Amino acid sequence: MGLSRLDNLYRQMILEHASHPHHHGTLKNADHQLELRNPTCGDVLVVQVAMKADKVSDVAFSGSGCTISQASASMMTDEVIGKTAAQVEQMVVTFSKMVTGDSVDNVDDILGDAAILEGVAQFPARIKCATLAWKAIYQAIENDNKESTVGLMRHDEL
Amino acid sequence: MVKQMNELIKDFPILDQKVNDEQLVYLDNAATTQKPRAVVDAITNYYYHDNANVHRGVHTLAERATAQFEDVRKKVAHFINAPSEQEIIYTKGTTESLNWVAASYGRTFVKPGDEIVISYMEHHSNLVPWQILAKKNGAILKYIDLLPDGQLDMDSVRKQITDKTAIVSLAHASNVLGVVNPVAEIAKIAHKHGAIMVVDGAQSTPHMKIDVQDLGIDFFAFSGHKLMAPTGIGILWGKSELLEQMPPLEFGGEMIDWVQLQETTFKKAPWKFEGGTQNIAGVVGLGAAIDYLESIGMDKIENYEKSLIANILPALVKIDGLEIYGPLDPAKRTGIISFNLKGLHPHDVATALDMEGIAVRAGHHCAQPLMEYLDVAATARASFYLYNTVEDGQRLVEAIKATKEFFKNGIV
Repeated sequence: MGLSRLDNLYRQMILEHASHPHHHGTLKNADHQLELRNPTCGDVLVVQVAMKADKVSDVAFSGSGCTISQASASMMTDEVIGKTAAQVEQMVVTFSKMVTGDSVDNVDDILGDAAILEGVAQFPARIKCATLAWKAIYQAIENDNKESTVGLMRHDEL
Repeated sequence: MVKQMNELIKDFPILDQKVNDEQLVYLDNAATTQKPRAVVDAITNYYYHDNANVHRGVHTLAERATAQFEDVRKKVAHFINAPSEQEIIYTKGTTESLNWVAASYGRTFVKPGDEIVISYMEHHSNLVPWQILAKKNGAILKYIDLLPDGQLDMDSVRKQITDKTAIVSLAHASNVLGVVNPVAEIAKIAHKHGAIMVVDGAQSTPHMKIDVQDLGIDFFAFSGHKLMAPTGIGILWGKSELLEQMPPLEFGGEMIDWVQLQETTFKKAPWKFEGGTQNIAGVVGLGAAIDYLESIGMDKIENYEKSLIANILPALVKIDGLEIYGPLDPAKRTGIISFNLKGLHPHDVATALDMEGIAVRAGHHCAQPLMEYLDVAATARASFYLYNTVEDGQRLVEAIKATKEFFKNGIV
């Protein structure tokens, strides 16, 4: 059996996002930004968000992490552009439920390509890696201060 | 001898299982160790036959429980060659032991401007208590540098420890780098400057003979669960003249001598530190674990693990793209091997190894300042114990190679 099971987690699209992440870098005019740390592995992720007419107009992330956290961050940035804060919140909730193994409807509609990360549910030790970027953008938008603050990786909440 | 050691695995029922359809290879012993049947049986036996609260009550079960509880104290004293069992304090584990030294001895005796010296390789439990103490008492926390291969830089030791130093606290063996620090030599330097020497023995006590008198130190801390005893039981050893001067930290049942409305007197050490009902079954389990280890012999365990590492390390070193932290000379290390595969995050590596049935740790190992010092976010860590075999090491080597192959095309 061995490593063949890894294919369920490391799908080709996930590996591609991890090796060439989208929106990796920094924004000049961020309206929100937040740094989030995964205390179990020490990974640090900074997410910056620019808003226009109540919608996410641009987003960027920086920091290093494992394949899952980098791919998840990359996919997240693709999917949240053009969405309102409320829509982003719904996406974050949906994503969190999906990777923890809760059944959710319309995952593909709500999360787009990021729905491919549902395989994480079979690898409980990696859920925090997958949710880091999503929790970061949620907390970033919640944080009205334009200066970067450090968020807390909370267990049950967003 | 090796064959004999290989048979030990039969004493550990948990190791006889498949994980992800592969025979389990447990290489996370620096985090916690598995328990032999003898330890589990001792705890079961205690609860089935002898369970009672200790030091109170005159009935037979209370006497039996008390006798076992106090017998283990003697056993621990003998195990680490402490001069007296009255210097053996039961705690939750190394973390609590070190916290108590910082909070009781430290808060009482450290003065503003004093220095506390630790090193970059310390586990957070031998770092944060000193950081908090330094802030509270106005002391300065200083760090000893490491050499490129991860060993303590003795020049830095001599530079950092000065007449202002009140406390030196170091890991006996690193939980990341696998090095054993020359704490006896450093204790002499500390004492020359009037400082006390505290040693975190969490990663050494399970693997080698400990002699606190021979080490010439003042406090020694270790955990039961890293040497086959249950979680939630640990030891703080301290010289009696120091323990006598230290105030208790937890007040309540069991630790008092006489209580009046406005005044209370306390028992002597070690009992003044042991407020409330203790982890009696944990103590019983610790006693059984020490018996188990001593039936094999700590020197034999140390030699066996050294031969294991001497066998495995060269095969790991040969893997292209595998970075190993700490000295590459097997003679200079314990059974802890931290590593990273180039271009891969250790979490990905640990997940892949888990699919091969191999349990390793990935992360910062509660040593974030060390990770920063090594300039890595995290590492993977394989840690061996006496029930591991050369075959376990070969499985690790093969699985790392397979992991490298799996990710070869996906990751830069």
